[in-house]
Amino acid sequence: MSAPVSRRRILATLGGVLAGLAALPLAKRIKQMFITKVAPSDYDPYQHKWLMCVDVDKCIGCGLCADACKTENHVPEASHYFRTWVERYIIKKPKAGELTARGEVLVDSPNGGRGGFPPTMVPKEEILKSFFVPKLCNLCVDSPCTQVCPVGATFDSPDGAVLVDPSYCIGCGFCIQACPYGCRFMNPETNTAEKCTLCYHRITRGLKPACVEICPTQARVFGDLKNPIEDDPLLAFVQKNKVNTLKPHLGTNARLLYANLDKEVR
Amino acid sequence: MYMQLATAITEAAPHFDGYVYPNESGNHPLWGVLIVLYPYITGLVAGAFIMASLVRVFRVKPLEPVYRLSLLTALAFMLCATLPLLCHLGHPERSIQIMITPHLTSPMAIFGFVYAWYLMAVLLLELWLDYRQNLVEWGKTEKGLQGFIYRTLTVGVTDVSEKAIKLDDKMSWIISIVGIPSAFLLHGYVGFIFGSIKANPWWGNSIMPIIFILSAMVSGIALCVFLYILLSKIRGRAIDMRCLDAMGMFLFYGLVIDATIEALDWVHRAYSAQEGFHVMEYMAQQRLFYTLSIGQLLMGTLVPLLALGALQVTRKIVPDVIRKWTYGTSAFLILIGVLAMRWNVVMGGQFYSKSLRGVMSYKFEFAGAEGWLLGVIILSLPFIILTVLIKLFLSERLPTAGHVPHQVEGE
Repeated sequence: MSAPVSRRRILATLGGVLAGLAALPLAKRIKQMFITKVAPSDYDPYQHKWLMCVDVDKCIGCGLCADACKTENHVPEASHYFRTWVERYIIKKPKAGELTARGEVLVDSPNGGRGGFPPTMVPKEEILKSFFVPKLCNLCVDSPCTQVCPVGATFDSPDGAVLVDPSYCIGCGFCIQACPYGCRFMNPETNTAEKCTLCYHRITRGLKPACVEICPTQARVFGDLKNPIEDDPLLAFVQKNKVNTLKPHLGTNARLLYANLDKEVR
Repeated sequence: MYMQLATAITEAAPHFDGYVYPNESGNHPLWGVLIVLYPYITGLVAGAFIMASLVRVFRVKPLEPVYRLSLLTALAFMLCATLPLLCHLGHPERSIQIMITPHLTSPMAIFGFVYAWYLMAVLLLELWLDYRQNLVEWGKTEKGLQGFIYRTLTVGVTDVSEKAIKLDDKMSWIISIVGIPSAFLLHGYVGFIFGSIKANPWWGNSIMPIIFILSAMVSGIALCVFLYILLSKIRGRAIDMRCLDAMGMFLFYGLVIDATIEALDWVHRAYSAQEGFHVMEYMAQQRLFYTLSIGQLLMGTLVPLLALGALQVTRKIVPDVIRKWTYGTSAFLILIGVLAMRWNVVMGGQFYSKSLRGVMSYKFEFAGAEGWLLGVIILSLPFIILTVLIKLFLSERLPTAGHVPHQVEGE
């Protein structure tokens, strides 16, 4: 009869299994293939740094950007899937006797602003001011969405875009919960997280994002910080305006810059 | 006129329903019933293990009768802990990627490793060492499939000499000691998944992991109390009231600490009243009224606190049968209360718009991937597994079913 297996051996085997398991993360990480899948083969993400800026005062709320984005990127039609959308802010005058500078703030974004906004029913004389704010990925330097992705399917591209590889995303939704700006959604067709890519398939071919291209008032300014052109609109924008970011207190270091941003916008 | 009124209402009137980002305005929550069950089940695992550790490490002798029941309960729930997560994924077939290419800055990525560590290096090992002598014994006496299972589980280690058993005890004791911080890690980490979301003021909170650990301990002990009473009832055996009183005492003190820390969290939120607090206030009073105020606070905390607290001072004069019922009912209420707490955390965080301007309302399905039905099935599964485990390893028919840990026995 063979000698019984010793506990020491059993424990050693178990230890080996555990060590093997612990070594798995050290295994060569699967490279993010998304860039090479979407961009042309000669595109080098290290040679670019894309940035978008928004001038709130120039936005007229036509919603063409949201519409163009849906079409260009095949974003699901329903009114709760947007890579970019427009919000309308109506700040009412303070009520009689209220010793405040501004009254109630009303915000809406019917169908993400696609097709424009219906006239507000708030009487004109009650409105202190109103304005539109286009929203999209805030291009965070310290993006919470990439931080929390358990498999690295969402990642910061060297060129400044925050991308999702849908073929690697496991659809846990953690990034959607972590984005403070509500810029992500779960695509019901692919069951993966989706967001603004700055129209990566366009910008890597020398085109502008669809929303920038279609904006009739040039409220959205787009450019490449590494390759400024003559009279670069992006540089002019940051030179001319006092700029701000959304939710700066969260420490996301958002790169998306807004000019003329009201404190009510979050 | 009516049109004007209707538009005015949709635009302005729902002061607290307010504005939510378009991507938040879908019909269903992103994280549904399954994600409520995930922290609930892992919490029960951690709590049940800590219950067992009270015997093994802290040598609380009166709890010996529930030592093995606690460990088996922890195992049954541990085996199902990943199921809700797995079923919830958009691509469950890719879940292995969490282990193969974990993104190490993600709290979720570490779960696979914490889980593997806890299940394999702590729970299974401790159970195996504790049961090894019995497995050898039962492997010889039992016939058929059951005997085969016992013999297989010995994995060929049949040395039951006094020296070997002493070594088993020693190793088991060490594993128990390692197991306590591991149990804290397992569940504290689950709390961190929510607490680390700074985008969401309902979740982003540094004491979230502590709240999760404490509520886990309480729920785990409550589950053991409930199961012990139930098992004794089914078997028609007298309950060891000394054991039940001890469990009741730990349950009470655990609940006191848990309730204190949770109250501190709320007091802090209310007092600091940071941006968006008015939305939280509205949620607590309206959307989560039944689950938070009634389920979690009144039925899940205050009533058991009073009942268990009263027993602490009147234990000697209250008849056994009343104490038994009070412990059983309190444990059941705590289990419901902690489930409500998980609901309030997971759902509350999703009712709360990150625009800080409104609250969402969602439709909860009965069937479907995030439906109630699947939730009920997943929550039933550990009880089914536990029944099998009890039949196999706590059977009264087996000669050493009344085993107590040697370390304690030798005291």
